[in-house]
Amino acid sequence: MGRRDDIESILVIGSGPIVIGQACEFDYSGTQACRVLREEGYRVILVNSNPATIMTDPDLAHRTYIEPLSPDVLAAVIERERPEALLPTMGGQTALNLAMTLSEKGVLESFGVELIGAKTEAIRTAENREAFKGAMAGIGLESPESGFAHDLDEALAVGDRIGYPIMVRPSFILGGAGTGIAADRAELTRLAAAGLSASPISEILVEQSIAGWKEYELEVMRDRVDNCVVVCSIENFDPMGVHTGDSITVAPAQTLSDVEYQAMRDDAFACIRRVGVETGGSNIQFAVNPRTGERLVIEMNPRVSRSSALASKATGFPIAKIAARLAVGYTLDEVANDITRATPASFEPTIDYVVTKIPRWAFEKLPGTPDRLGTRMQSVGEVMAIGRTFPESFQKALRGLEQGRAGLNADPAEAAYDEVGEGELLAKAALPTPERPFQLESLLRRGSSVEALAEATGIDPWFLDGIEDIVEERRRLEALRAESGAGGALSSMDRRRWRRAKRLGFSDAQLAYLLGAGEAEVRAARVAAGVRPTFKTVDTCGAEFAAETPYHYSTYEDEDEVRPGKRPRVVILGSGPNRIGQGIEFDYCCVHASMALRAAGFETVMVNCNPETVSTDYDTSDRLYFEPITEEDVLAVIEAEQAAGGGGVAGVIVALGGQTPLKLAGKLPPELVLGTSAASIDLAEDREAWGALCARLEIPQPAGGTARTLAEAERVVEKIGYPALVRPSYVLGGRAMEIVYDGEGLAAAFAALAGFDPSSGRPAGSLGREGGLSAERPVLVDRFLEDAIEVDVDAVRDRTGEVLIGGVMEHVEEAGVHSGDSACAIPPPTLEPTTVAVLERYTHEIAAALGVQGPLNVQYAVKLGQVFVIEANPRASRTLPFVAKATGVPLAKVAARVIVGATLSELREEGLLPSSPLSAPGYVSVKEAVLPFDRFPEVDALLGPEMRSTGEVMGIASTFGLAFAKSQIAAGSPLPEDGAVLFSLADRDKAGGLAAARAFVQLGFSVAATRGTADHLEANGVPVAVRVAKLGESGEGSPLVDAVELVRGGTVRLVVNTPRGRGPRADGAHIRRAASASDVPIVTTVAAARAAAAGIADWRRLGLSVESLQEHHRAAGAASGGAQLPGSDIADGAATRASKR
Amino acid sequence: MSPARDVRAERPEALLVLADGTVFSGEAFGALDAAKSVASGELVFNTVMSGYQEVLTDPSYAGQVVAFTYPHIGNYGVAEADSESAAPAVRALVVRDLARRPSSWRADGDLEAFLSARGIGGISGVDTRRLTRHLREAGAMCCALGTAPEAELLVAARAERGTEMMDLVSTVTTPEPYRTGEGPLRVVAYDYGMKRTILSCLAPYATIEVVPAGTPASEVLERRPDGVFLSNGPGDPAALGHLVGEVGKLLGAVPLFGICLGHQLLGAALGGSTYKLAFGHHGGNHPVKRLATGAVEVTSQNHGYALEDGAIPGAVVTHRNLNDGVVEGVACTEVPAFSVQYHPEAGPGPHDARYLFEQFARLMEAHR
Repeated sequence: MGRRDDIESILVIGSGPIVIGQACEFDYSGTQACRVLREEGYRVILVNSNPATIMTDPDLAHRTYIEPLSPDVLAAVIERERPEALLPTMGGQTALNLAMTLSEKGVLESFGVELIGAKTEAIRTAENREAFKGAMAGIGLESPESGFAHDLDEALAVGDRIGYPIMVRPSFILGGAGTGIAADRAELTRLAAAGLSASPISEILVEQSIAGWKEYELEVMRDRVDNCVVVCSIENFDPMGVHTGDSITVAPAQTLSDVEYQAMRDDAFACIRRVGVETGGSNIQFAVNPRTGERLVIEMNPRVSRSSALASKATGFPIAKIAARLAVGYTLDEVANDITRATPASFEPTIDYVVTKIPRWAFEKLPGTPDRLGTRMQSVGEVMAIGRTFPESFQKALRGLEQGRAGLNADPAEAAYDEVGEGELLAKAALPTPERPFQLESLLRRGSSVEALAEATGIDPWFLDGIEDIVEERRRLEALRAESGAGGALSSMDRRRWRRAKRLGFSDAQLAYLLGAGEAEVRAARVAAGVRPTFKTVDTCGAEFAAETPYHYSTYEDEDEVRPGKRPRVVILGSGPNRIGQGIEFDYCCVHASMALRAAGFETVMVNCNPETVSTDYDTSDRLYFEPITEEDVLAVIEAEQAAGGGGVAGVIVALGGQTPLKLAGKLPPELVLGTSAASIDLAEDREAWGALCARLEIPQPAGGTARTLAEAERVVEKIGYPALVRPSYVLGGRAMEIVYDGEGLAAAFAALAGFDPSSGRPAGSLGREGGLSAERPVLVDRFLEDAIEVDVDAVRDRTGEVLIGGVMEHVEEAGVHSGDSACAIPPPTLEPTTVAVLERYTHEIAAALGVQGPLNVQYAVKLGQVFVIEANPRASRTLPFVAKATGVPLAKVAARVIVGATLSELREEGLLPSSPLSAPGYVSVKEAVLPFDRFPEVDALLGPEMRSTGEVMGIASTFGLAFAKSQIAAGSPLPEDGAVLFSLADRDKAGGLAAARAFVQLGFSVAATRGTADHLEANGVPVAVRVAKLGESGEGSPLVDAVELVRGGTVRLVVNTPRGRGPRADGAHIRRAASASDVPIVTTVAAARAAAAGIADWRRLGLSVESLQEHHRAAGAASGGAQLPGSDIADGAATRASKR
Repeated sequence: MSPARDVRAERPEALLVLADGTVFSGEAFGALDAAKSVASGELVFNTVMSGYQEVLTDPSYAGQVVAFTYPHIGNYGVAEADSESAAPAVRALVVRDLARRPSSWRADGDLEAFLSARGIGGISGVDTRRLTRHLREAGAMCCALGTAPEAELLVAARAERGTEMMDLVSTVTTPEPYRTGEGPLRVVAYDYGMKRTILSCLAPYATIEVVPAGTPASEVLERRPDGVFLSNGPGDPAALGHLVGEVGKLLGAVPLFGICLGHQLLGAALGGSTYKLAFGHHGGNHPVKRLATGAVEVTSQNHGYALEDGAIPGAVVTHRNLNDGVVEGVACTEVPAFSVQYHPEAGPGPHDARYLFEQFARLMEAHR
C-alpha cells in the first residue's frame, strides 16, 4: 500500500473560532495532520479563521489562509490553489459541513478535488440521523425508538406515538445545540420549534428518552484495507441525558465485562464499515441499559472529535496524526507506534492507569443561566487527570479544574454542601450540575448509601464506591486526628498511612485541612516519612514494551520512571483548562515557547492538564507532565526534574500560560522563576503600588482609588464622579467588573462582590474561587472614561532594557467593553501617529519601571487625543497570537527567548526577529470576538467589562472595512447587503448614531427606529421608514409595530441597539434577545455600527478576495520605509462592529 | 451486591517476592491470610483491561501466578457464564487494586469471594507497573507471595520449578471423554487444558467429543471424526513428547486444527521446535498479520513458548505477530492441518479471528 503518489496537494480545513462544542482539540488534530502531510511531502493548503491556533502558523502549511470558513471563501481558495484532495475530517463539524456544501455545490467536482478520509456518502450516512438509523437497522444494530420531524405537527405525531418523556435532537448540529428532553406535549412543542430552527436542514429527531442508561464511547480507527482497531473505550460517570461534552468521563470503560465490551467492539466495527468511513478515526457512542445490558447505538462522528483528542492523550495513541497517514494511503501496520517505535499502530492500546475528564463551565459569567446540565453542551473547557486508580485520577482532575477546590471536598468550601439538609442535598444531587460530585461526597460522608445515590442519580455504583473509598479514608484520617489531638496528627502519620491517602488522590491541601496543619507542614511531614510522588509513563502498552516518549503522570508507587536528563531543562507551566478569558491563546504561547527554546538548544518540560491542547501533545516538548497546575503538583515536577540530574531545572516560565501559572510565581523557589520577577508581577497587580508607579512616571490614569467596603467606595466616587468602573484585582477576563452610573449601581456591585468573599467561608462564589475580594485584595474604583478609544499594546523587553513594540491594537468598541470581547485592528485605523508615539513611549517607561524581562501587555484609553493607562500585565496577553499573525513577527517565541536571557539584538542576529525596524504592513488585520449567546438564550447579548467571548477570528484585507467585513463573516454573523437597519439608541449615543444611520442610508438601507431615536434621526434629516413602538405600545389601536415583532418578521437585517439600562426587563434586552433568536446580527455600540457601514461599503466596492498569510508576510517583509497606512474608506475613522456570536 | 467493607483497613500486609530477590509490598486477599501464608508459581503479566475472570479460569495458567497490568480488577464481579473451566488452575493473582464492590447486571458474585471459595488468594496494592517493567527486562520468573516473612517467601519462590520441561497438561485435562455441540460435523477435541469458549465456537459446526490428553491417536481415529482439534493448555511443549507423537499419527489421516499449545504440538509433530519467550505474550491487543491477505487481526494471546521460526517441513507460516515477528500460525502444504498460536476464540479478547473456526469446518467438509 503505502503513500499515495497520485495526489500532490491537499487542502485541510480547520474548525474556526473556539466555540462551545468546538475548542482547541481541533487545533491539536489539525496541527498533527498538517505536520504529517508535510512530512509525507505533500503541498499543504490550510484554511482557518482562528489566529490563535498553532495550525495557522505560517510554517505548518505551504499556504495558510486565515480567512472566513464560508463556502465562497473555500471555493475561492480552491480556485486559487487547485488542491487535488480535501481532508475534511480534522476540523470538526465545521469542516465536515463545509466539505459537504462544497460537494453539493459542485465545487469539488468542477475543480477535480477528491475528498479523502471520509466520502460524502459516508458523511451523509453518519450525520443525517434518519440515514444513520436506517443504516444501523440494516446491520441489526438497535438505536432508540424514534421518528423524524420536519415541522411541529410531525414532531407531535411522533411524540404521541412513542410517549413521554421524549428527546429532541436537531440534525446536523454542533455540540448538541437545540437538543433537550420534553416531559410532555407542551414542552415538546417548545423544544421542537427551537430544534427545527437550530438544524440547518430543519429536521429533528424525536426519540425515546434513555436518560439514566449508561453511556459509552469507542474511538475506532479504520484503514483502507479494512483493518479496524479500538483506540480507547470511554465510560461516562454521568448517565445518558447529559451531553458527553458536559459529562465526567473515564477511560478505559470500568464496568463492562469482556463479553459485553467485545460485543460493543463488534458493533462499533460493523457501524464504521456500514457507514463507510474509508480511513481514519470515528467516535461511536452507545447507551447500555444497566438492568438488562440492552445496548443501543446513539451516534457516530466520522471524523476526529473532542473525544478522540481525549483518547489520544489518554492512551498515547495519536489518532489525528495516524488518521492523516491513513488518509493518504498507509495502512495501520505500515505506521509505527510513536511511543514504542518498535511496534506498529495496528494494535489496541492497553493502559495501566485511569483517566478522568471533567468539564469546566462558565455559568458565573452568564447570569440568568441555570447551572443545570443536559443534552445541550454548555462547558467551555475540560481538565484531564491520570492516576493509577479512579479515586486518585478523580481527585486530581477536580483540583486541576482550578476552581478553588483542593479535591473532592475536604477543604473550606465543602461547608456549602455540609450545611444543606440531607434530603434537600439528595434532591439537588439527583439533578446533574457542576456541583454534583461534591454533593455526592457530602451525602456519602453523612451516611447515605451507594445504592440510594445510584438510584437517585443513575451513576454506576462502582463510581460511587470510588467516592466512598475516599470518604472512608477521610474517616480514618479524622479518627487519627481525634485520637492524637491537635498538632499530634501529623506525627502519627506513618508511611503506610501517608501512602494510602495519597494513593486515593488526597492533595496536601486536603490533608492539611483534615489533619489540622499547614499545607507546607503536611508536605514536609510526608516527605520525611518517605512518601513522594513517583512519575509513571503513558506508553500505550501497559509497560509491555519500552517507551521512547517521556510522557509522565504522578502517582504514589514504588518506582519512578523519570529518565536522567542530559542538559538543564526549562519548565513551562501551561494554562490549565480552557475558560472564558484564558484559552487557546495562552496554549499557543506555551507551545511557541517550547518550540523556540528547543530550537535554541534547551530541553523543555511542559506541565499542563488540558487534553484539548497542542501543549499536551507529547511531541511538543522534550518531556510532558500531564498534571494539575497547583503548587503541590508543580513543585513535585520540579523536584523530579531536579533529581533527574543533567543540570536539573534551569528555570520555570510562568509568564506565558495566563493567570494560572502567574498565580504560582510567588510559591516557586524565586531563583527558578525566569524573566520578570514575582515581585514585579505583584507590583503590576497591586493597584496602590501601580498607581504610585504611574504617578512617578507621570503617566495619566483615570482618577480612582481602592476600596474594601461600600463606604470606602462611595468616598472614592465622591472624588471622581460617575460613571465608575468597579473591578476586583487578580482576576481574569474581567470577572465581576462593572460600570456603575449611580449610587444604586455601586451598592449592587459591592453586594455582589461581598457574596464572593472567600474569607467568609460561605458558598464559594466563583470569584472567591479565583481568589477574588479580600482585605489584601481590595476592589478598584476608577472613573470610567466614556467614549474613549481603547488600545492594547503588546511589547517585549529584554534584560538589557531594549523594548520591542510588537503591536498597537486599536479597539473597535470604546473603552468599557472588555478587551477580550472587543474587535481590534492592526495597524490602528484612526490613531494619530503622535498618539501612537505616546503609547509607545509610555509602554517603554512602564516596561522599564516594572523591570519586565519578557512579554508585557498594556491597556490604554485614548480620549480626545489624551492617553490614559488602564492597566499593565507583565505576561503574555490574549492578543500575542493575533499580533504574530498580523505582523509576521513570532512574538511569543521572541518573548520566550527573552525570558530565558536572550537579548533582542541577539535574536535579530539569529534571524528570529527581522533585522530592520518593522514597517507597517500593506494590509489591515482585524480580530473579532465570538460570543456564546446562541447557547444561552437567557443571557442578554450585551457587551460589557466582563469578558464572555469564547474565541476569536481574524479578517485580513487591504482596507479596514473589508477586513472588518471578513471578520464578521468568520464570526458567523455576516454583514447584510441590503434591507432594513433597526436603530434603538441610548440618549448619549444619539449624536454618534446619526453618522452611522446616514452611512446606511447612503448604502441603500432603509432605517427603522424606536421613537426617540426616530425623532432624533428625522430631525437631522435621516429618513426613517418604520417607526417602532416600545415594548407594549403596539397592539390594537396602535399604528406602531413592536420592535421585537419587527425583528422576528425578517425584514430587519441588522440591529443597532445601545444599552440604556441593565436587566432583563429593559427594553433593549428584548430587542437583543429577539435578534439573537432570529439570527439577525446585532451591534451594541455606535462605533461598531459605523464599522459595519464601512465594511459593507468596502465589501461592495472590492468584493471577496483571498490571500495567504505567507503572501501577506512576504509583502510586508518587502515593504520598506514610508509607513503609509493602507487605504481606508472610513472617512471619519469610524470603528465599527456588528453582531458577535 | 455485598455492602462495602472497610477493606483497606482490614487486609493484612503481604509481600510478593521474586526468585531474584525483588520485593513488592501490598495486602493479602482471598484465600491468602495468616493461615495460608504462601502461594507461589511462575509469574506472568497479562495486559487485558477486561476479562479477568476468563484469564483466571483459563487452564493454560496452571502453575502460574498472574499479575494484571490494569490496576482495577474485579469491577464487574464474576458470572458463571464467563468461566473458561470448572475450576481455576492459576496459583494466585497480583493486582494494584481489587474492587470493593462489583457492579454489573450480569454478576452473580464478587471476585474475592469467588477466589476464596476456590482456595485462591492474591496480593493487592502492588506497584504492578514496576513489576511488569521488571519482568519485561528480567524475563518470566518464579515468585511467592503471602503474609509470611520475606525470607520464607524467597525460599518458596526459589523452590518453584516454573513451567520449563513441566508436563502440566496432565493436571488439567479431562479425566473422561464428554460430548458437546450440535453441528453436523464430528470433531474429536484433545483437551490439553481446553477453554470453554473454544467449544462454544466449534459447537455451531460440529458435535464434539472431548477426550483426555493421553488418548492414543488410534482411539481417536476409531471414532471416524471429520476432524481433530488440538486445544490450548499449560506448560512447556518440550515436555510433551508423548503427545506430539500421537499428533504425528493423525497428520494426513484427518483434518487438524490447533490453538496455542495445540499449535506448538502440531509444529513439533511436523518437525519444528519450540522455545521459551522472554516474558511471553499475555494480553488482548496483539496485532497479528494474516500473511495471505495482509489483513491485521487484533488477537488474544496467552503463551510463554513459541514455534521456532525457520523451515518447518511440509508447512508454511500463515500468521505473524507484528510486534516481534513471532510465528503465530502455520498451515501444512501437503496435508489438511493448520494451527494458530493465539486465541481466535477470544474469551477474553477481540473476535477478529473467529473466521478460523469456519475455516476448520470448510477444511473438514472438503475432506469428508
